[in-house]
Amino acid sequence: MNLTLKIWRQKNADDKGKMVDYPISNISEDMSFLEMLDVLNQELIDKGEEPVAFDHDCREGICGSCSLYINGRAHGPDTLITACQLHMRSFKDGDTIYIEPWRATAFPVIKDLIVDRTSFDRIQQAGGFISVNTSGNTQDANAIPIEKQNADMAFDAATCIGCGACVAACKNSSAMLFVSAKVSQFALLPQGRVEATDRVLNMVKQMDDEGFGNCTNTGACEVECPKGISLENIARMNREYLAASFKG
Amino acid sequence: MSKLDSKIPKGPLAEKWTNHKNEINLVNPANKRLIDVIVVGTGLAGGSASATLAELGYNVKAFCFQDSPRRAHSIAAQGGINAAKNYQGDGDSTYRLFYDTVKGGDYRSREANVYRLAEVSTNIIDQCVAQGVPFAREYGGLLDNRSFGGVLVSRTFYAKGQTGQQLLLGAYAAMNRQIGRGKIKMYSRHEMLDVVIVDGKARGIIARNLVTGEIERHSAHAVVLGTGGYGNAFYLSTYAMGSNVTAAWKAHKRGAFFANPCYTQIHPTCIPVSGDHQSKLTLMSESLRNDGRIWVPKHKEDAIAIREGKLKPTDLAEEKRDYYLERRYPAFGNLVPRDVASRAAKERCDAGYGVNKTGEAVFLDFAAAIERYGKEQAHVKGLDENDTNLITKLGKEIIKNKYGNLFQMYEKIVDQNPYETPMMIYPAVHYTMGGLWVDYNLMTTVPGLYSIGEANFSDHGANRLGASALMQGLADGYFVLPYTIGDYLAHDIRTGPISTDLPEFDEAEKYVVDNINRLINNNGNKSVDHFHKRLGKIMWNKCGMSRNEKDLKEAIDEIAALREEFWKDVKVPGTDKEYNEELAKAARVADFLELGELFAKDALVREESAGGHFREEYQTAEGEAQRRKEFQFVSAWEYKGEPSEAILHKEDLQYENIEVKERSYK
Amino acid sequence: MSGIFNSSVGRKFAMALSALFLMIFLVIHVSINFSSVISPELFNEMSHFMGTNPLVQGLMQPVLIFGVVFHFVMGFVLEAKNRASRKVSYAKNSASNNSSWVSRNMLLSGVVILAFLGLHFYDFWVHEMTVKYVEGDMSGLIDPNNADSGYRYYDELREKFVSHVRVIIYVVSFVLLSLHLLHGFNSSFQSVGANNKYIDSLKRVSKVYSIGVPALFIFIALYHHFTH
Repeated sequence: MNLTLKIWRQKNADDKGKMVDYPISNISEDMSFLEMLDVLNQELIDKGEEPVAFDHDCREGICGSCSLYINGRAHGPDTLITACQLHMRSFKDGDTIYIEPWRATAFPVIKDLIVDRTSFDRIQQAGGFISVNTSGNTQDANAIPIEKQNADMAFDAATCIGCGACVAACKNSSAMLFVSAKVSQFALLPQGRVEATDRVLNMVKQMDDEGFGNCTNTGACEVECPKGISLENIARMNREYLAASFKG
Repeated sequence: MSKLDSKIPKGPLAEKWTNHKNEINLVNPANKRLIDVIVVGTGLAGGSASATLAELGYNVKAFCFQDSPRRAHSIAAQGGINAAKNYQGDGDSTYRLFYDTVKGGDYRSREANVYRLAEVSTNIIDQCVAQGVPFAREYGGLLDNRSFGGVLVSRTFYAKGQTGQQLLLGAYAAMNRQIGRGKIKMYSRHEMLDVVIVDGKARGIIARNLVTGEIERHSAHAVVLGTGGYGNAFYLSTYAMGSNVTAAWKAHKRGAFFANPCYTQIHPTCIPVSGDHQSKLTLMSESLRNDGRIWVPKHKEDAIAIREGKLKPTDLAEEKRDYYLERRYPAFGNLVPRDVASRAAKERCDAGYGVNKTGEAVFLDFAAAIERYGKEQAHVKGLDENDTNLITKLGKEIIKNKYGNLFQMYEKIVDQNPYETPMMIYPAVHYTMGGLWVDYNLMTTVPGLYSIGEANFSDHGANRLGASALMQGLADGYFVLPYTIGDYLAHDIRTGPISTDLPEFDEAEKYVVDNINRLINNNGNKSVDHFHKRLGKIMWNKCGMSRNEKDLKEAIDEIAALREEFWKDVKVPGTDKEYNEELAKAARVADFLELGELFAKDALVREESAGGHFREEYQTAEGEAQRRKEFQFVSAWEYKGEPSEAILHKEDLQYENIEVKERSYK
Repeated sequence: MSGIFNSSVGRKFAMALSALFLMIFLVIHVSINFSSVISPELFNEMSHFMGTNPLVQGLMQPVLIFGVVFHFVMGFVLEAKNRASRKVSYAKNSASNNSSWVSRNMLLSGVVILAFLGLHFYDFWVHEMTVKYVEGDMSGLIDPNNADSGYRYYDELREKFVSHVRVIIYVVSFVLLSLHLLHGFNSSFQSVGANNKYIDSLKRVSKVYSIGVPALFIFIALYHHFTH
């Protein structure tokens, strides 16, 4: 099929950037979206132009590198997948496709479609862990039974891949879904309860300091999350936060 | 005579590790603050090592080329992690895990290392649970286990199909705690391009900041490489796009021996290549072979008709199908080990029976399982067992419960409903058992340079068992290296900070900069991918699932020629002082082009078949792998310029606690 | 405690609390208004009580005004922060695929309601304040000099709903209030971190409230308009 791509080009963080049109032809519908971009880049290189820079690594939907805002949606038109799992059969001949980077003050653009998501790392560094040394002398893994329902919910929260689609899709660039997923994972496990108070206060503070917006409960994050992380986690985090605030 | 000293501790197998820990040197906590350690790679091995070293008190500098340490490719591991916990009470033990691993590796791994791995496996599970890793649990609240290929017990811990992700996020969290405390300095989007050797010891690295393009010098008292495997030499693999051999290869060029490069695991159940545009292959869990039957058409004309879309696989009569695994291996059937299943699929497709457009796919069919489960359900529920529609409906529900997420993933990629039509699968490169040679302390032949996880060669021999890679990465990082590195660093407590102004740093930086300039200024005509794809074709066709002397010799020549062409004609757009993915790729492919040749050379020298290495000349009358006693050694290659000049060193493998036997699956 | 009013979670919590408070007020308001449909006398009695009781006037009225002001000031503060969190917007954004129009336009519906409040204050509150505290007439009578003239509230109410324009504005505003509530009420449970166990029934209640209360207001307005 033949397509028109409208892609955000920005030389570096200081450049202003603009949308540029690229016609592309002979795209097979079996290609993944990123493979289509590979084809474009190959053509650009052959023509002596600079290829489009975009983040990608595992190309199987788990590393969380890819971060494309495709036709107005995080990771494109399909749900419960990342951009690397999107295939060209989701488009039709003659389509115009907008490709933009995640937009958020806390995710500054590095180049073209690549953004800096280290703000996510800093939020995790503020408290996204359980303070236990890796000595190998911890108690036996089966010493504390954990209710299966809680273990399963903790797992579901833990499946977050940190891609940032929630921030990108949110009209306020809020990182609540991301932060609440980690807070929830630990809040649901006895191991994590010990530090629950400090964890939620510190992580929310870091989230605010990074310049993410507020949650308006539109639910866009949940819809666009490639792992289907539930909004319930945000309610849980609010609960944890309020309890922690009154406590400490 | 051998230069290789594996430093295996004396004494009975079961006591080696304990005794060794008692005897090696320690660094006192106050002195650890004076010592810097560089860890390259933040996967299970590198991440866990960074966290633990920082906890112990060392100053750690961690590097990864991804934008966050959480994205290392360990994250993609699906199945699970083995540990000899014996929670199921089915007779598991440290010895049994050790035994299974050595046997699974086709008797080409080092006994003492594997035993230690089995020994610390239980600590890993305790550690991860304490860190909040949400492993699957039973209704009683205790940890659940499942069984994996090639073993008789249930010892695999798992978190649905995302075990690697959960374990890596555990290690990442442990790292974050230390980054927050200032004990780890994290350098993401940094790629190591050389190791710096001062007075014969590894004292630092040269790294490129991938965002700005700046070349940076970093010094330390020891350097640890947890940089993963080199399967991307094949271009198409289940590896991440960025996975590369550069760090390990630069270490090799600086004196670290490269062990068993030809040992590669090719996984039988991956989604086939759909066309030339393909950039990456996706694994479908091995567990599917429990219920799926593998077949191709019995007659070539049917295969051609299916390929051309004139015939539907579901319309082909039972007697016109060839369930070749069941035919060849009646005892194990569809559940033969990975290497055997992969080779058998290749044999059928090479003979012209492949079933997709490219002719490189076989069917994995669930129709029989759906019918079997459906009848079972109908019987249990007291419904009509002859109602075909009802049976199919009930059967599909069972299959959905067991494999729903995999079926959905398949449908997203292939756009076919695997409940209605058989899946198409084909083998793909998935793991490399070979890597930098290390001694019992995980130190390479360069003092102060360590290698952990998939980047080293030590524990899996010629073939890795399922759910063992995660175990090894975390064992090395959490529980082995942090102890053994102390033995070396104990001599460095008075050394003081290492200066980056030493002439050795100048030399290494110049080497790196020259290499980059050469790539940038090459002004060739062909893109990096062009060469990478061609290398991949050579590797796949001549160094792939089955190898022979003629092909390997051709491969050596072709790779050398391709390398020459690459340096003449590669085209790298942009500049070196900016984010430039093509430049990063070019440098990686340049190293793959050297490694590839050594790979082929190693495969040529190893005149036997063992595990993932199958030489057509060395097979039994039934076409099975033929191991040879005289090759019971580790090949460790010393760099001497071109790969063709590499010198082979042998580490003989002694099996004192296991009887070396033949493997048979008939 | 410090995080409560200067953190994102805390601000949303405060927003939710003020909203819940205002929703309680709305129930009282609509009940009194509805009495005008049942019985003019009852309406007059209730209006007079609310308008002259010192507790209501001296304590509840300022609290209510504070609640209203707090809610919309905080709304603007949050909006400003949210805008700062994305300085470059998307060239193409298909938000309708992942969220409702109402949830994305709380500010718009809020501003319309605020404008309506202005009119409403002008119509009733300013008038009441003038009569009671400027002119000093606390009697509530049509003719303050004639104790038998009866309360003036019902007649004044009827008077306001004569104009077509005013009634149209009134109806449109309450439709927007309904939309505002449809998202806001549910959203407040999320912001205060309500437990999952009751959430489904609470959501049903909130839906009934969000449609029912504004509908009653509209019904009252139309009733008086058409029965005039």
